[in-house]
Formats: sequence, structure tokens, C-alpha cells
Amino acid sequence: MRFDYAPAPESRDVVSIRPSYGLFIGGEFTEGKGAAFKTVNPATEEPLAEVACAAEDDVDRAVRAARDAYDNVWGRMPGSERAKYLFRIARIIQERARELAVLETLDNGKPIRESRDVDLPLVAAHFFHYAGWADKLAYAGFGPAPRPLGVAAQVIPWNFPLLMLAWKVAPALACGNTVVLKPAETTPLTALLFADICRQAELPPGVVNIITGAGETGAALVAHPGVDKVAFTGSTEVGRLIARQVAGTAKRLTLELGGKAANIVFDDAPLDQAVEGIVNGIFFNQGHVCCAGSRLLVQESIEEELLAALKRRVGTLRLGDPMDKNTDIGAVNSAEQLARITELAEAGEAEGAVRWSAACPIPEKGYWFPPTIFTGVAQSHRVAREEIFGPVLSVLTFRTPDEAVAKANNTPYGLSAGIWTEKGSRILWLADRLRAGVVWANTFNRFDPASPFGGYKESGYGREGGRHGLEAYLDVS
Amino acid sequence: MTTPLAEVAGSNATLRAFLHGLPGVDRVGADQRAATLGTRSIKTTAKAQALDAAITMVDLTTLEGADTPGKVRAMCAKAVHPDPADPTVPSVAAVCVYPDLVAEAVTALRGTPVKVAAVATAFPSGRSSLEVKTADTALAVAAGADEIDMVIDRGAFLAGDYRKVYDEIVAVKEACGGAHLKVILETGELATYDNVRRASWLAMLAGADFIKTSTGKVSPAATPPVTLVMLEAVRDFRDRTGRMVGVKAAGGIRTAKDAIKYLVLVNETAGEEWLTPEWFRIGASSLLNDLLMQRRKLATGRYGGPDYFTQD
Repeated sequence: MRFDYAPAPESRDVVSIRPSYGLFIGGEFTEGKGAAFKTVNPATEEPLAEVACAAEDDVDRAVRAARDAYDNVWGRMPGSERAKYLFRIARIIQERARELAVLETLDNGKPIRESRDVDLPLVAAHFFHYAGWADKLAYAGFGPAPRPLGVAAQVIPWNFPLLMLAWKVAPALACGNTVVLKPAETTPLTALLFADICRQAELPPGVVNIITGAGETGAALVAHPGVDKVAFTGSTEVGRLIARQVAGTAKRLTLELGGKAANIVFDDAPLDQAVEGIVNGIFFNQGHVCCAGSRLLVQESIEEELLAALKRRVGTLRLGDPMDKNTDIGAVNSAEQLARITELAEAGEAEGAVRWSAACPIPEKGYWFPPTIFTGVAQSHRVAREEIFGPVLSVLTFRTPDEAVAKANNTPYGLSAGIWTEKGSRILWLADRLRAGVVWANTFNRFDPASPFGGYKESGYGREGGRHGLEAYLDVS
Repeated sequence: MTTPLAEVAGSNATLRAFLHGLPGVDRVGADQRAATLGTRSIKTTAKAQALDAAITMVDLTTLEGADTPGKVRAMCAKAVHPDPADPTVPSVAAVCVYPDLVAEAVTALRGTPVKVAAVATAFPSGRSSLEVKTADTALAVAAGADEIDMVIDRGAFLAGDYRKVYDEIVAVKEACGGAHLKVILETGELATYDNVRRASWLAMLAGADFIKTSTGKVSPAATPPVTLVMLEAVRDFRDRTGRMVGVKAAGGIRTAKDAIKYLVLVNETAGEEWLTPEWFRIGASSLLNDLLMQRRKLATGRYGGPDYFTQD
């Protein structure tokens, strides 16, 4: 029996998008001096709202508001009091989860199933986790009375807009810092809704400031002399610029950058779960994941069997309307990103790798890329070296555990890695040798607020999440 | 997996080597996959299709010590016309009874498409001699059963005596003659998904036409992840041998919502070819009324109370 799932669209009535948004500074929405820009739904190319752009003056106002709140309210508030605000924010996020999930999907293009079942639960969990730390900092291992840093400038990417906000804002606030956050220009809406949640939670004005704009706004924020701490998640290219700019100043810096993670499958792996893990590793969130398992390293003896199973599984992925509750693969976030993915995929073919894409219909409007697998990839191919940040998997083979380690580590990045084997001792042996911040065993892309996350080499430095994540927002010197 | 399948059952050692050479099942991953598929949203036309399909896949079951000819006749009437008020409701796939009540069911169902299945082989524990088990099977077949639901010897399986389990299935299959053989693994007693995968292959190698999760007498009975592992097994077995084996999820499936989740599991694991009563069954009793209730709700927009549906 052919069983077609009827459209099951999530209702967008739960969220009301305003025609235009200002900058959230000192607890108020204010105008921006830059030229306002539009944010669009990448699945339909429909403009969603007009968003203010912060010019240098606006950045300065935001930093001063944050400084004022730090000096007079938040920096001197007891941790137990800060915790109350964070717990309140976490609860409001849970209460408004559906609204936030729908807005995230509209602005970002990710499937509603993911924003509903992954992003939003993790966002709330992060705030709950760090709310719990706020009054226990003396027991975090950073001395008896660790001090906050001051004003944190935070610049976040478009792939997990609200989740990256949570990763940045929750620990900063728990430690007693105030923040000026700049969301990505293609996905500002959930951050602006979060501003509304801050007001609903009666967070003192100026503790959280949200300014929108493109790269120039971010650069002005990072360069502002009133900033004590810079936290950036995004491309390695921009990360390098920021590191250069911050060098020689008193500003603290943490960077969470790109990745080209190896997902290593041994011949004794639990095959069906490995296939799920590979799919989840590279096709989750359209592959817009810095820790995506974009290089599959499979033991040569099971390559054929594994690839057949993988292709069969990828063939069942449902690409389309992100608002449909049964959609697995949503839209690519922007035309720019689609162009980059397309260019790299063409380079893969030109260099001689074999391209295979799932035969799924592509909607006429919007930005889409079908789940794609490259086989016959050599270490020297661009698709094995460069971060594609899209639903494109490169398959390489290995013969021995040593070769797997060598190939996995042979990349300028080092954010994450995956190991698939039923042999526990091999997992431990390998995890010791992989130069990656996160090593998943028999799973992939699993996140937990208690677990630190961050990279080696060109994937950045500093850790976010858990007890380790506190260090980035405390004066531990 | 290089041994030809025909030689696999040559000895307990070769069977063991083969079954233990199958890829392992990671429990966390299997649970997660089943849970994710459980979030599929089946609405409107797809729901209508799924509800009707589920009805046609039900093995309407009564397996009580207190079963009587009257109870079985009543159940058979319901199996043919589940909702007397609505002739568009399809019949269920089969009724499932103890061997001594097969004749009663056969008489009641003569001339209808509904099949008669009988549990046999010292159901539900399977703790008897092979002679008793084959005699039990022969009795049911002689009385006219179209399908036999046998239980495996879980004790022998857990003790590693795979050859004994295999031989029993082969013997019962022979006693079945033309009747279809469903092999109940009783996954609730096998404890691990690795064991579920091995028992599935063991039953298929021995000639099972269907592999079935549970007797319904042990908790947990059918669960989505266990059914997922079994669906992967029939899929892989077909790839390897070309022979298609059916799957029956039995026990604990009480709501239409649950039943639809199983159909999604079948659809996205084994594939749509398995989505027919010939290859997928749901063993249940109270499920049928919920399917009928949801069906009427979908058609009329209103729920009927439980008294608008017959109890048996």
C-alpha cells in the first residue's frame, strides 16, 4: 500500500510578526541609525519583517546601557537573585516554546520538527542549567569568589539562532555579566522575541541588549572599547578577523568556528544506528551545523553494504515545507549559502568524486539543496577539506584504526568527531587520539547543557556549556 | 556474513557464529529512531487511509481460559463486520483463538475473507515436548486453521541452544502443512535488541512466514523499537535471500494513534510493500473499537460514546 502523508502544517497563527523591529537597548525598542533591512523566509522568499540596523552610535548606546546595568544593578546583585530571573526566563521560554519554534522555522528555514523537538527544549534547558549555577559559582572550581568580567559582546550565527543566543546569554548572565548581542542578519526574529521575554521576566533594563545589523554592526560591537569580553560563533574567516582585532586589548575572547568532522564507522558498528547517526550527523538542520559529521570515514570492508543502506535511508528523507510537521529537510538559510554549497558540490564533481543526490522533488520557490553524498573522495579534494555547511557528505575509507585516526585528524579543524563500533575499548583508544573538542560514541549531534562544547585548532577556543562554560564569563586570572 | 545461508543451520556452532555475526543493535539509537518516527503527524486523508488499513491488518484475538464457543462466534461476527452501522468498514485480517476453538471459528467465518489463526505449541510458555507441540499444531490445522502462531522455546534460546529452537520451528512448520506459520519471539523475555535481531533471523532461517513480537501474556509486549528491529530484519532477509517475511506486532497496542505509529514504522523501515495484511498484522482486541471510533470521528467530526460500538 502506498502511504502518502497528507500535509500537516503547523499553524503560524501562534506568532504575530510585527512589520518592523527596532533595536533593544536599555529595555526599550529604539530606532537604528543604519539602513533598515528585510529578513525573509528562505522557504518562500517572502519578506517577514523590516529590521533596524545598528550604526556605530547605536552600538555605543547599547554598550553604555550594558555598562550602566552592570555597574548599578546586575554586577552587584547576589547570585541567588540573578538565578530567579534566569529561572523565570527559562519558564517563559517553555511556555512560549511553540511561538518561538514557529518563528524560528519561518525565519531560518529549519523543519518545525527540529525547532520544536531539538532547538527549543535545548534553549530552555540551557537557561535552567545556568540559572542553577548563578548562586553556586564559588563551588565551580574557579576560586572562592569568582568575579564577572563586565560587558560581553556576543555575535551569533544563523544556523541555530535562538539556541546560540541561549549558549551565549545564559552563562554570561549567570556569572553576573551584562550583554550586547548581535544576531545574524538573516535570522534576527527569535532574538527580538527573546527581548520581549526579557521584558516579560522584568529583567532589569540594560542587562540584555539586542542590536541587529550585518557584519559592520558586529565589527563595531567587537571593536567598542567599552566591551570586556567578546564571544563569537561563526565562520573561521570572521573569527580570524576578530582575533586580530582583539589582540593587544584587555578583552577576553572565545571563538566557536567551523568544522569538518569525521564520523568513523568500523566494521563491527551497529549498522542501522550508524546509518541513522550518519544521516543525523550531516543532514540535521540541512547540514548547517558547525560540528556536522561531514566526512564519513568508513572501514573499507563494509563500504558497499553501508553505502547501500545509507542511500536507501537518505531516499526516505522528506524535503519541503519546513512548517510541515513531517518534513525532515528544510530550506537552505539564504541564497548566498545556497550558492556556496552549489559551488563546492560542483568542485567535488570537477575533482572526480562521484555525486549522488536523493531523488526528491525540489520546491519552485525558496532555497533548497537535496541531500547529497560524494563517494570516491580523496583527502586532497576540496569537499574533504573545506567546510560546506550544507547537506553534503563526503565518503572516505580506511583500513586500520591508525589510518582512521590519521585521516580524521588531517584537517585544520577540530570541533567534533564520531565513532561507531560495538567495541568499548576501541572507543576509548580512539577518543584519546582524536583532536576534536567533542567525540561522540555511537551517536552524533547530541547536545546537553551540562556538557562542554568547543574546538581545537581552527575550530576556535574556549568552551561553552556545563561548568567549563562558566570560565569564559568569569575573571579567573 | 560469507557462509551460504543453507549451511548456517548445520550445527549449533555455525548457527551461533552466524547469529552473533549479525550487526549489533545500539539500544539508545534504536529507541531514538522509533521515538522520532513516532512524531510523524498523520492527518486528514492520510489518517483515513491509515485507519482503514489498520483495521484490515488486525488479528482480532481472544486468548482466555474463559473463552467459550459463544464468545468466539460473537468475535467472528465482529471480525467480518466490525461496525454494523457502517458497511464501508472493511473486515479484519483474521481471528486468533486457541486450537480447541478453531472449528467454531471456521464454521462462523465460512464464506468470508477473514482467516482463522490459532496459537499452538503449548502457548504461551512453550514449555512442553516437541511431540506435544507438533500435535497441538496438527490439531489446529486439522480443525481448519489457516495460520498457526507458535512460540519459540525462549529457555533454549537464552541458553544458547539455537539449534533446538531452529529444529522446533522446522518441525512445527512441517506440521503446518499449507497453513501459514507465525513465529512468536516473545521479545519481552529476550531482553536485548541484539537477541531480538538474532531470534528474528533464526525464525526466518527456519522457515517462518511471519515473525511476531509477543504472546500478549508477558509485559512488555510489542514496543515500537522492538518492532523496528524486526522490520529491519525482514528487510535485510529479503535483500539477502529474496524471500519476504511478514511481521506481526501483538500486545499492548490499544489506541488508533499507536496503531498508526506502527504503520509509519513499517512504511519507513521495511517499506510500503509490507503495508498490506499479507505482510503486516497487528494482534489486538480492544484496538479495533478505537479504530472504529476514530474512523467515525474523522467522518462526522464527532466522537460517539463507547456504547455506540459493540463490545464483542
